[in-house]
Amino acid sequence: MLKKNATEIRKGIIKAVHAAGSGHPGGSLSAADILTVLYFYKMKVDPKNPKWEERDRFVLSKGHAAPVLYATLAEKGFFSKEELLKLRHIGAMLQGHPDMKGTPGVEMSTGSLGQGFSCSIGMALAAKLDKKDIRVYALLGDGEVQEGIVWEAAMAASHYKLDNLTAILDFNGLQIDGKNEDVMNIHPIKEKWESFGWHVLEIDGHSFEEIISVLDKADEIKDKPTMIIAKTIKGKGVSFMENQVGWHGTAPKDDEKEKALKELGGAN
Amino acid sequence: MNNKIATREAYGKALVELGKVNEKVVVLDADLSKSTKTAAFQKEFPNRFFNMGIAEQNLMGTAAGFATSEKIPFVSTFAMFASGRAFEIIRNSIGYPKLNVKVCATHAGITVGEDGASHQALEDLACMRAIPNMVVLNPADAVSAKKAVFAMAEYNGPVYARFGRAAVPVIYDEDMNFEIGKGIEVKEGKDAAIIATGIMVAEAIKAREILSKKGIEVRVIDMHTIKPIDEEILIKAAKETGAIVTAEEHNIIGGLGSAVAEVLVENYPIPMKRVGTLDTFGESGKPAELMKKYALTAEDIAKVVEEVINKK
Repeated sequence: MLKKNATEIRKGIIKAVHAAGSGHPGGSLSAADILTVLYFYKMKVDPKNPKWEERDRFVLSKGHAAPVLYATLAEKGFFSKEELLKLRHIGAMLQGHPDMKGTPGVEMSTGSLGQGFSCSIGMALAAKLDKKDIRVYALLGDGEVQEGIVWEAAMAASHYKLDNLTAILDFNGLQIDGKNEDVMNIHPIKEKWESFGWHVLEIDGHSFEEIISVLDKADEIKDKPTMIIAKTIKGKGVSFMENQVGWHGTAPKDDEKEKALKELGGAN
Repeated sequence: MNNKIATREAYGKALVELGKVNEKVVVLDADLSKSTKTAAFQKEFPNRFFNMGIAEQNLMGTAAGFATSEKIPFVSTFAMFASGRAFEIIRNSIGYPKLNVKVCATHAGITVGEDGASHQALEDLACMRAIPNMVVLNPADAVSAKKAVFAMAEYNGPVYARFGRAAVPVIYDEDMNFEIGKGIEVKEGKDAAIIATGIMVAEAIKAREILSKKGIEVRVIDMHTIKPIDEEILIKAAKETGAIVTAEEHNIIGGLGSAVAEVLVENYPIPMKRVGTLDTFGESGKPAELMKKYALTAEDIAKVVEEVINKK
């Protein structure tokens, strides 16, 4: 079942970015399995009541991966899949980067890197203050952790013992200008988060089994926030996009879209 | 006007009062709670106070997160770091999603004094005014500062409010009415109008006294809301007095003077001049010395009023 959801989400990403003529397929595809497990296994959400007070929160801090969030929300039933084909069009609901005001299910307007993660700290603090059983999830990109605000937020999360916060690092190793280590080395990444007081777990970000197990495990960690470093493949699922930095922010042309959809299993 | 209180003092006290009647209020600070006066709230409501350390970007982001969870966060640090360092977080995570965050910045303007230019925010009103959805407030005295706190809690949306470090004269009685977006005619007059904001309102009242001795009757308007600006009171003043002087403890670029000029140029152009810092950084010194050196005193305003009247 999860596999079917993930395939639908990947197809949604390809169709949406193709229809938009611009956008970020690589980092959307790398996060597709993680969002699949979050929305179809883990999180308490209600597509019929997007503002349900007791819902878990998901913040896409790497806001440029909006297509994966939109495709997931559409697959979950927050809005029609038709909307995906209007992505980035003038007057459309689905903006180039997530807009919480206009899109059901989007918890925070993001896109300027690091900010969504910072907002997730406030969400987790508010849930603690109200003694609510709400879990907050934030997905960060690997290039994103080069932002200073990420470490300000990381420090605050452990200071306030936010064990209701799970961050996930979509670690595909690539950013716009190339490999992380060539642009700005982020290593040793595990030790960095550990030294900031986080409980750190490492997984294969494309194994449903591992994602499920680690998300469940995070619930058991007390007095510390949890960081899941998910090793992923940029462009995962579409052979010619995999591990290609060029697909960070390029839309597939007509023939590329068809090829991608075929690989993913079935045409439109 | 004999009693002097800093607007930041009034802010701190008002927060405590507000906290008692509104459980949604949370307060965040960045290691300046003794200076911004949020420490009083922390003492009364330790569970609803969050010190975010010296990290103003995350301070604003965290506040945005609180606002998505139906809290009303009041966020304080110095005006320099709120409007400057954290500008883009305020723009993208608070202004764009129109979140109910109250950025209450203290130590604004040149009267920060001895700390010098690095700490004297003289462009905050301009920066904040340029963000869509932002309401920008700059109360003149302790009474209106307290009323502003309650008014912004009632208003659902992002607000930037500016408070000062130095003690300034109390202008208003306790029963004054503070309405966001409504300027206040503090003193009547027909020969010219001084549109002042923040601590410059007291200077404008003194300028009026100086001019009155020369037989010049000047209207004084407290423009405590820079955005949305009260166009009605401005156009009325322009029509009835024919000469306008703005007074702000801020760069003459982008703040009150610019906002007033925009309204007048498009609606009722008349002779006008702006009093403020002249596109320059400040420096260390006592507040009173700096006010004099940077030509922000009542005497300076009075001189400019006469210049504008001569252009009528």
